[in-house]
Formats: sequence, structure tokens, C-alpha cells
Amino acid sequence: MRKVGIIGYEQTPMLRDAGAQNEVELIMSVVHKVLKNLSITQSDIDFTCSGSCDYLQGVSFAFVDGLNAISAVPPIKESHVEMDAAWALYESWLKIQSGQAEIALIYGFGKSSPGEIREILSLQLDPYYIAPLWPDSVSLAALQARLLLDQGIISEKEMAVVVQDSRSKAIDNTNSQLSGDFTIEELLQEPYFVSPLKKHDCSPITDGAAAMVIASEEKAKELYEYPAYITGIDHRIETGQIGARDLTKSPSVEISAAALKLASKNIQVAELHAPFSHQQLILTEALKLSDNVLINKSGGALAGNIVMTAGLDRIGSIFQQLKSNEVHCGLAHATSGPCLQQNMLVLLEDN
Amino acid sequence: MKEDTKIKGFEAPIYFKYSYTAGATTTLFLKKLLEGKIVGQRCPICKGVYVPPRGSCPRDGVATEEEVEVAHTGTVESFTINYIPIPDGDVDPPFVSANIVLDGADLSFMHLISGIPHDEVRIGMRVKALWKPKEDWEPSLTNILYFEPLDEPDRDIDDLLNKYKNA
Repeated sequence: MRKVGIIGYEQTPMLRDAGAQNEVELIMSVVHKVLKNLSITQSDIDFTCSGSCDYLQGVSFAFVDGLNAISAVPPIKESHVEMDAAWALYESWLKIQSGQAEIALIYGFGKSSPGEIREILSLQLDPYYIAPLWPDSVSLAALQARLLLDQGIISEKEMAVVVQDSRSKAIDNTNSQLSGDFTIEELLQEPYFVSPLKKHDCSPITDGAAAMVIASEEKAKELYEYPAYITGIDHRIETGQIGARDLTKSPSVEISAAALKLASKNIQVAELHAPFSHQQLILTEALKLSDNVLINKSGGALAGNIVMTAGLDRIGSIFQQLKSNEVHCGLAHATSGPCLQQNMLVLLEDN
Repeated sequence: MKEDTKIKGFEAPIYFKYSYTAGATTTLFLKKLLEGKIVGQRCPICKGVYVPPRGSCPRDGVATEEEVEVAHTGTVESFTINYIPIPDGDVDPPFVSANIVLDGADLSFMHLISGIPHDEVRIGMRVKALWKPKEDWEPSLTNILYFEPLDEPDRDIDDLLNKYKNA
């Protein structure tokens, strides 16, 4: 295995509505910044990979337009995943592993404000049996939360604690969309949105973009003082048939955690991509993290959820936390699909 | 299962409503069309003028900010005669669509050509925009009905574009 390090990460502020700023303009701001910080240009990049969802724009091949934000003439080696950009990172990591690239640029973008994001996400479901029924993303998550509550696995108070923690940690994240100090009592008094979920249990509708640069160990050291090395990366997917899954657990995360031997690592910080409060409880259970682990210092997806970028943002956030002398090992998690269907774990260490 | 009971397909219609954002640059372009002007943007690095402007130069990956008003005349870079109707379009086939390099621009954009028999349209032909009556103008490229021939000698399109393409 080649050692691969993250050497740069930039994210736009997470906004409810980026207004007249279009996707290209959002991408340009972060790509330019991340390259400038490293004093490199697009011509230094061997491989470029992006993650986005064309349905957000309602335009087929919308991701191709995103390339206007980067210098793609003369032609570059480029790829795209119709997934969270965390999976674009995975593809780029593979390119470096296979020796086809030394430096890769990854970007993710999503404007969820123009369309009806809850309904749009139902298009990622099984097209014959589930999608024609139009179960929206919040309703599916609500079914999952109901199972957890009715089986006594979690309580509404525990969900509120997740939200309280996210909002208060997000105060220190200048890019966050939602933050503030709330009491558990205040949160529990809020009305239901899609029962048993309250609005604050759901990640907000967010516009934004993010960009990351990764490189082989030699290149990473040459370009940046504090690379965060990817010492483990693993992703698994569960069946698309919602009824065939045990929605109260995350077996895919459990398998990945075992594959990365997380139990033997001294993980100090973790960023979990939980678009709904109860999903963070499923993830912490599946990961069996010790109580000392600082979870979601950024505020997590409840503080701002750029669709197809929020997973990459978890990884970027760990990269930033590793710059501190006190933090040496962190875990990032990304998810995709309804009810935590697909999950990726990335173990990052500072040497 | 009897042949006639086989399900060969089913309908699952999808409708979505979007409030589409043109973006700052396209908004500028469309607003200028309301004034009867065609405005592009120049790349600060390769100096190429993009019409319509996209807000960025895909060749240099930088924002384009300098506005450049271009002429309503141009040269045909390429064309095709369409025999297939555009779905929900208001132009009946056959019609000619063309890539036109406007005078002052360095890249072509697509529009219609009319006012000439189709078999006389040619690469290098000089054309001029025919605008709709002013009272019908909208923030749209359809303010230009089509491009019609201009009584000028043809130009060598390769010469015209080489400067930019080889830059």
C-alpha cells in the first residue's frame, strides 16, 4: 500500500440558499483557494474527481458543467461519481495506489435550494418497487427512528442530546449553517415535523461546495507541513430493499470498523456523517468508540449538510483537527443512500 | 403466463419543480439582451472572449470578469441542417443551426440561420443577427430570431480561430 496524505481542504460557508451563485461559481471559490494555499495549479494535478448529484440541478450531465470551474484545456484526466465526494476521494486514492497519479484534486458540490430535495432523493431508491411510491428522505429516516424508539434502543431525549451537542459545537465552526445553545427541554418541546422526527433532528437544506487535495507520501511532504495520512479506508453497501435491512443497526459500518481494526487504534476525534440525529446514535453504537473520543467537533451534518459533499466534509474536518499537536489519530465517516445504506470509514493519522 | 398477460412496462411519471438560478454571469448576459446588446467576458489569462459568458474560462480555470460587448455580425464556423423537430420547439424542420463566431468573440455559440436557401449555407459565410421587434424582447437569446446572410466576402474560419486556439 502506498501512503497517501490529505494536504489541503477548503469549504464554502454552508448556506440555506446561495442565491444567484451557481455551481461553477461555488466550485471555483474552493478549488482556487485549495490550490493557491499549496502554491500549485491545475497543471500540477494528475487526476481530478468530483462528486455531485445531477438531480439537484435537474439537468442531465450537470456535473460536466462543473468542469468550467477548473482548467480542463488541454484535456485532463478526470472522473465523477454520482455520490458523495467522499467516494471521489476513494477513487482518487485508488488512482494513487495504482501509480497512475501522484496528486489528485477532489471536489464536491450541491445546491439543494432550487428543488424539492426530500422528493428528489427518492429517485435514488429502487425504481420498480419503492421510488414510484415516493417515500421521501425524511419519511424514510422517520421510519428508522420509529423502529429505534419503539424497540427501546434509543430515546427522544438521546436524540435531543445529539442535536444540542451539534448546535453548540457548531458555534465555533465559521462555515456552519445552524448553531446555538439550546437546552434539552427546549428541544423536546418542539413540535414534530415528520413524527417522530422534529425539524432539528433533520439536517438542514444546504448549498455549498468543498475541495480537497491528496498526494502520495513523497509529494505530500514536499507540498505541505502537516499531511493527514489515510492509514485505513473501507466502504460497504447494504441492500437497496429497505424492508430486507435491520434499520436499527449498521452492519456495513460494523464490518468496516472490524476491517480497519478500529478497536486497536487510539482514536481521539471522529466525524460522523449522520443526516439525522438518531443515525448518529446508530453509528456510535456500530463503531464502539470510547467515551474519550471527541465526536463531531464541526457540528456534523446537522449543522449544515451539502448534499454529495457532507461526507467529504467529515474527512476534511478531521484533516483540519489533525493540524493540532494534541491530535494524532482521527476517524471520518461518510454515508450515502437512505437510512445509512452505504458507509465509508477513513482512518487518518498524522504520520 | 399467457403471452397477453405479460407486463411489458409501467408508467411512473416524475415531475419536479425547480427555481433555477442562472448565476451572476448568465444574469448579466440575459439583462444585456433586454437592452439589445450581446455581451461576453474576456479571460484575464488567454484573453479569449466567451459569448455567452460562463463566468469562467474552462481552459485556464479562472473567473472571467471583464465585460466585452461584441458585434451582431459574425462568421459561420460550422452548420447542420436539421430534419428532426426539437421537442416542444417552435421551429419546424428542416432548419439550419450553426456555430457562429461573432465579431469580437473568440469562441462560437449556437444559433439558427435563415433567409437563405439551405443548400447555400457554407462555412466562412458572413451573417448578421435579426432581432425580434423590441416590444417582444425578453431576457432570452430568442430575442434574436435567427442570423441572416450579410453581403460580404466569406472569411477563412481557420484563420479567424487559429489565433485563439494556438494561444
